[in-house]
Amino acid sequence: MCLETQVLIIGGGVTGTGLARDLALRGVQSILVEKKDLNAGASGANHGLLHSGGRYVASDPETAAECRKEGDILKQVAAGCIEDTGGLFVAVEGDDEKYIADFPHLCSRSGIPVRALDPSEAREFEPALNSKIIAVYEVEDASIDPFKLNLENMDHAQALGSRLLRHTEVMAFDRNRKRIQRVRLRNTKTGEDILVEPEQVVNAAGAWARKVAAFAGAPIDMIYSKGSLLITDTRLTTRVVNRLRPASDGDILVPGGTVSLLGTTSIRINSPDDIRPTVEEINAITDYGSAMVPALQKTRFIRAYSGVRPLIGTQSGQGDRSVRRSFALFDHIQDGLENFVTITGGKLTTYRYMAEKTADLVCSRLGVSAPCVTRTEPLPSSETSQWTEPGRAPREWIKNKNPEDIILCECEMVPRSVIDSIITSLRDKDDSVDLRAIGLRSRIGKGLCQGAFCGIRITAYMFDEGELNADEGLINLREFLNGRWKGIRPVLWGASLIQEELQEAIHCGLFGLEL
Amino acid sequence: MEHFETKLTVIGTGMTGMAATLFAANRGIDTVLVGSTSEIMFASGFIDLLGVHPIHERKSWKNPWQGIAEVRRDIPNHPYARMDETDIRTAFDQALSFLKDAGLPYLRRNEQNCRAVTSLGTLKSTYCIPHTMWAGVEALEEKSPCLLVDFRGLKGFSARQIAAVLQHEWPNLRTVRISFPEMEHMEEVYTEALARNLSMEHNRVKLAEVIRPHVKGSVYVGLPAILGISSSYEVACDISDKIGAKVFEIPTMPPSVPGLRLKEAFEEQFPLRGVRPFFQKQVLNVHNGPGGEFKLDIGGDTTEFGVKTDGIIMASGRFLGGGLRADRHQIRETIFGLPVTQPSDRRLWHRRSFLDSRGHPVNRCGLEIDDEFRPLDKSGHPAYPNLFAAGSVLAHQDWMRMKCGSGLAIATAYKAVKAYSQMNERPVGP
Repeated sequence: MCLETQVLIIGGGVTGTGLARDLALRGVQSILVEKKDLNAGASGANHGLLHSGGRYVASDPETAAECRKEGDILKQVAAGCIEDTGGLFVAVEGDDEKYIADFPHLCSRSGIPVRALDPSEAREFEPALNSKIIAVYEVEDASIDPFKLNLENMDHAQALGSRLLRHTEVMAFDRNRKRIQRVRLRNTKTGEDILVEPEQVVNAAGAWARKVAAFAGAPIDMIYSKGSLLITDTRLTTRVVNRLRPASDGDILVPGGTVSLLGTTSIRINSPDDIRPTVEEINAITDYGSAMVPALQKTRFIRAYSGVRPLIGTQSGQGDRSVRRSFALFDHIQDGLENFVTITGGKLTTYRYMAEKTADLVCSRLGVSAPCVTRTEPLPSSETSQWTEPGRAPREWIKNKNPEDIILCECEMVPRSVIDSIITSLRDKDDSVDLRAIGLRSRIGKGLCQGAFCGIRITAYMFDEGELNADEGLINLREFLNGRWKGIRPVLWGASLIQEELQEAIHCGLFGLEL
Repeated sequence: MEHFETKLTVIGTGMTGMAATLFAANRGIDTVLVGSTSEIMFASGFIDLLGVHPIHERKSWKNPWQGIAEVRRDIPNHPYARMDETDIRTAFDQALSFLKDAGLPYLRRNEQNCRAVTSLGTLKSTYCIPHTMWAGVEALEEKSPCLLVDFRGLKGFSARQIAAVLQHEWPNLRTVRISFPEMEHMEEVYTEALARNLSMEHNRVKLAEVIRPHVKGSVYVGLPAILGISSSYEVACDISDKIGAKVFEIPTMPPSVPGLRLKEAFEEQFPLRGVRPFFQKQVLNVHNGPGGEFKLDIGGDTTEFGVKTDGIIMASGRFLGGGLRADRHQIRETIFGLPVTQPSDRRLWHRRSFLDSRGHPVNRCGLEIDDEFRPLDKSGHPAYPNLFAAGSVLAHQDWMRMKCGSGLAIATAYKAVKAYSQMNERPVGP
């Protein structure tokens, strides 16, 4: 198969899908290739925090100001993905008093609205806060659903004529002097080889950008910082809660729908592949986080997850927290390449701006003069992107009152109709259907059972519908369960360990899935 | 608060606690049983003895007794290594005879495991099989033409899945999906409701009428485990007659009807055999009496009964049963605070992959015991002369991976009761 396109985008994180949409809105057609599935990297493994900028006022005022500006834009154009929770920065006894005193001035310097609150007043509307907090500032943080955001960007781009190739990996770039003439791709599921002849290539591979750039003969310096996060089984606060101190471990708690997300850590790693949260990280995050919200010592965690921050720069003596969080756009001219661009680094909050800057460069190379419109053009909601939101599926299910629509995932109340709609939309786009793909696009496997029951029910349903055949179904189920395990393993104590024991009794004791 | 005195108290109402109570009753020992009975609902219905050892080699044993001999040699601390084969055989004979009397006949090949189909389409090797599932074992061996039936609205059970997964092993499988008679209007049906429905003969007539036209050349008909509750054997025979093919059940995802049958059988039979059960209660406190006896506070949330008992068998299970509890740092035994053998650190509890063939070290943690099945204290001596432990709470076994859950429950319960009664032949106390 040989495809032609104006732009080939490599990487299905939100930068890549945001770029596909930005280009499509300017009338530029693209193919986006992703070696796994959408949001498989840092775009799907973060806090879901739309930063007010307060976090970076001391270490990186430029990024702080960028966050502030982009946060305001996204609250307008991507309102459906955002819960405007507001945020707090809180200090506890023993925290650096100078940092506390400087904070409002630093915020003002980057144009970030901030308001001092009386700690007792803050505890009235956030009763989970530690009684020992000594200072509180209110900022304009919000929570954002990175899955919905990514799916909506991609859906819109596809509606405007772009293509998405999931499970498709770059194998090689064929260079002809200063141009990449052809890109050799392979479908990782079917093994099928695909050739693409693009006018421009954008490397938006996030933490894998160095690897992709190296394929093209364009070295870039990157460091990888792993961050791990925890999901609680209930929502602990209504607002985002940040620790008022220089960025460190376990100091942000972000509410997301019916749960809260606690993170993070920052651990230098050598490769972005096969990362997972560890017991040590989980212990550390829990202990630090409970200084702000003591209930974290007793709360039940559903699972943990890890992402890799792609940071631009060389190895420095300082910790990775001090590396700037702004993004980097490489034109690769000095590498002797005229149609290859790398965009990496940055933050979820600034993804749109990163896409805009990249599209500007690509369009100038293509001779396209249409301006960027993503600053004002609202992101349309799509049929398939809505089911990642906790609580959405049950609400719709109750509203529709369709008695034929039985619930297949009982923890998160995901009915058959939602599974059907996801399967249909994947099939419409000529994509493969498996439990993981459905999991990415819905809440299945994300509740208390972590796939133990719904995994089996949905497997049976997919067999019934002819979506799975022969041995494929059980391999699919095993992959799904092993995938969930990565996140469950470090939080297995208390009630979660009981749940795991039941799961193993059924899946191994009775079904012998390990044999 | 009411007070009772008894000779023996069994704590725990999973398979181990039920079996221990049965063996004690068989010996005429005055017995109190305490527990919440919900755990046995998770039983699949199969009674494993030993399926796999060593687990990392995935070595499956056709003859479980040979497998046990190998376990004894390789894992000297495994509970099976502390009992001889005669005791295990006696335990199984007594347990199966009880179940038969309670209307739940089981079948086995004395020296061999059998293979049965699960609802996932995998094949499970096990030792004793409910009579209602037996025809499935034979059908699989013969690879006979067989019809698998599932029901509209029954989640997690797909005949098509079973046939697809087994297509190489058993090509003669056909499937059909039907609506359960008179439940056509219901969008979702539940196994327990279907099983209660089929307890009535006229309902079986209707179901047989719906299935019969689909049987065609099939000798066997497989259904999810819904063939009645207290009289499943009669229900299965009757439906076989009515359909004109040998009907068998396929176990469904727990909690399931076969687990419910076990629960109901024990609950009904024990009072008839002189056992005093405190179902849906738990032991809240244990006190030591002056003569070496125990005093137990029993109740739901608050103490409702005081029980003075000469001896105790702990059949309190693991995490799901509540016998062990884990916090972020360590694993504790919940009733007596006995030392629990465990990995030194939570990092070592679980392996990186869920389905790692070596199993998870946390599943081998538990209580140390002596040859009389008395749990040991920190010094390595029996914590009490009259306290015994049995079942999954014991260390050095991984029943989920070795496929020895019910066997371990029944065998160790037998041994603990035997040790208790031998102790009773000696004087108790200081």
